[in-house]
Amino acid sequence: MASRSGFFSVVAKELKRVFTDRRMVLTVVLLPGILIFVMYSIMGEALGRLYQVDEDYRAQAYAVNLPASFEALSEPAGLAFSEAGAGEVAGIKADIAEGSSDLLVVFPADFEASISAALSGSPGGPGGPGSPGGTIPDVQVFFNAGNIESYAAFEITAALLDAYKNAALPLFSVNAADEEFNLAAGSDNPATMYLSSVLPMLILLLLFSGGMGIATESIAGEKERGTIATLLVTPLKRWELAFGKIVSISVVALASGTSSFLGIMLSLPKLLTTEMMGVSGEGLSFGYGFGEYALLFVVIVATVLLFVGVISIVSAFAKTVKEASTLTMPLMILVIFVSLSGLIFPGGQSDWWVYLIPAYNSTQCLNGIFSFNIESWQVLITVCVNVLATGLCVFFLTRMFNNERIMFAR
Amino acid sequence: MSEPRKALIRAQGLSKTFKLGAKQQRIERTRERVRVAVDDLSFEAYAGEIYGLLGPNGAGKTTTLRLLATLIRPDAGDALLAGKSVVQEPEAVRATIGFLTSELKLEDFFTPNYLFDFFSTLQGVDPSVAAARKDVLFKRFGINEFAEVKVGELSTGMKQKTSLVIAVVHDPDIIIFDEPTNGLDVITAKVVTDYLQELRGAGKTIILSTHIFSLVEKLCDRVGIIIDGRMVADGRLDGVCAGSSLEDRFFELYVQESGEVA
Repeated sequence: MASRSGFFSVVAKELKRVFTDRRMVLTVVLLPGILIFVMYSIMGEALGRLYQVDEDYRAQAYAVNLPASFEALSEPAGLAFSEAGAGEVAGIKADIAEGSSDLLVVFPADFEASISAALSGSPGGPGGPGSPGGTIPDVQVFFNAGNIESYAAFEITAALLDAYKNAALPLFSVNAADEEFNLAAGSDNPATMYLSSVLPMLILLLLFSGGMGIATESIAGEKERGTIATLLVTPLKRWELAFGKIVSISVVALASGTSSFLGIMLSLPKLLTTEMMGVSGEGLSFGYGFGEYALLFVVIVATVLLFVGVISIVSAFAKTVKEASTLTMPLMILVIFVSLSGLIFPGGQSDWWVYLIPAYNSTQCLNGIFSFNIESWQVLITVCVNVLATGLCVFFLTRMFNNERIMFAR
Repeated sequence: MSEPRKALIRAQGLSKTFKLGAKQQRIERTRERVRVAVDDLSFEAYAGEIYGLLGPNGAGKTTTLRLLATLIRPDAGDALLAGKSVVQEPEAVRATIGFLTSELKLEDFFTPNYLFDFFSTLQGVDPSVAAARKDVLFKRFGINEFAEVKVGELSTGMKQKTSLVIAVVHDPDIIIFDEPTNGLDVITAKVVTDYLQELRGAGKTIILSTHIFSLVEKLCDRVGIIIDGRMVADGRLDGVCAGSSLEDRFFELYVQESGEVA
């Protein structure tokens, strides 16, 4: 009778086939990551030159105690400030955080007077640098780095203040206080914005293409070469063969996907070091903790099992690897279409039924995880649905392995 | 009174048809949609004998062996192998047979050593028993020095020997062999036929298909002649030949069944 370890033998054989073959390790595991790293690094360079704020855009900028001399400087630079009172500061800061306003500059009440006094050498100016123990007047600039327009306005203001400061050096400072001036929420930083919209698509595509290469070879290839018939004439149970194939191919697809993912993460600093972000690559922080990575792993595993299950069924139908690759292409297009939904509905959807749709639920979950907008029930439903769908794939693949017309068709 | 002989293979009314696709119909210039490959085939093979299925190409020999090996299911009839039904208990049948055909290939990437262990595990052979058996068989077929060479790099003869060894990792009582000497050089063919006789001596039941008269005369105790999917003669070799040579008897039967030798 069949050995109990039939399933494990199949898994071990399939993994040995890939991981002890230097050529397979190179093409399936290493190359995807290396290629992505090189490609994205080049893309980062190109994107940096392309991404700019619309020239016609007028920033929603507010200033408290706006000095006339600074206003005269800022207007030619395309930055028109609206006057605001000290009491409005909290409200404007909230607007900036929300994205409805771009910038708030708070000057000290006696800013111009103290600068003039200092320049004329009068020690009497309040807080004048000339006065021993006096404090340097501080200009506060609030902005939101997650908002491109806000960040652009900040950059202009900072440059203007720099010029102003150089003329009056060192009569005042900018943002010297120990306070958070970038009002973007943790999830709003440019890196997480990028990750939550683009990465789900990339991850799904990489997982699918990783599974596609190896599943077509492992199932259609074995059919084509006649080696699967040698297995079918042993007491090995068909479900053990089907499940063993799906699990082992998934492991390889995960390895391939991980390589690609590392390629993306390592090239991100270069990709995001652009003028649009104004973020130094080395200083990038995504703010993801163990929880996010654990959820990410669970969703990815459930998704790759599903993908491999579906590709395996298509591969079992095909007579040759070539035919299997051709038949898998429409599925690839479907995955592209589904994964694009991450761009259409960024941040994850809250309707529960969305998570009942295999593959689409994965996009929504990844989206939610990357934008810190995920609920545990969403992940739970997604994993359950995708594992159940994989179970159905194992069932159908088992039936196909039992079907002589499919397995021995000429 | 002698003890009745034990029939390890008992085929009863085996029938198999295949649907012909449009492409196949064009190639064969026929309008028939269904091709009868095996038609109500019954025969028995006993322990300690070699049974030969003799017939021209397309007669249904390979289909019959594939039915016995449970790779395909009969449309009607059944076959009992060591008392297990190919229809009801295909997994149990697979555990009792060793099936060898040019259709079944070994993966080029792996070595004979790894494949022997892998198939031993699938057949549920105890590792210590498998190791001892591997030692004997590899030595017997001269595979030892190629044990760690990938199958893809072996000569055709060595591949065939490895396939044979792997087909019997579990020491099956029944060996099903489709065209055992096809494509082999004379030396390897001799090694294979000697081994089949050795297995018979060990009490195994061997059923083989061939279209080579001399092979049947040399190896087989009993023979079944298949023409157009039907068993037209079945019995001990001397009984079937009835004083003629096997070749003459075959063509006599062929003319009776098909009209003439085209």
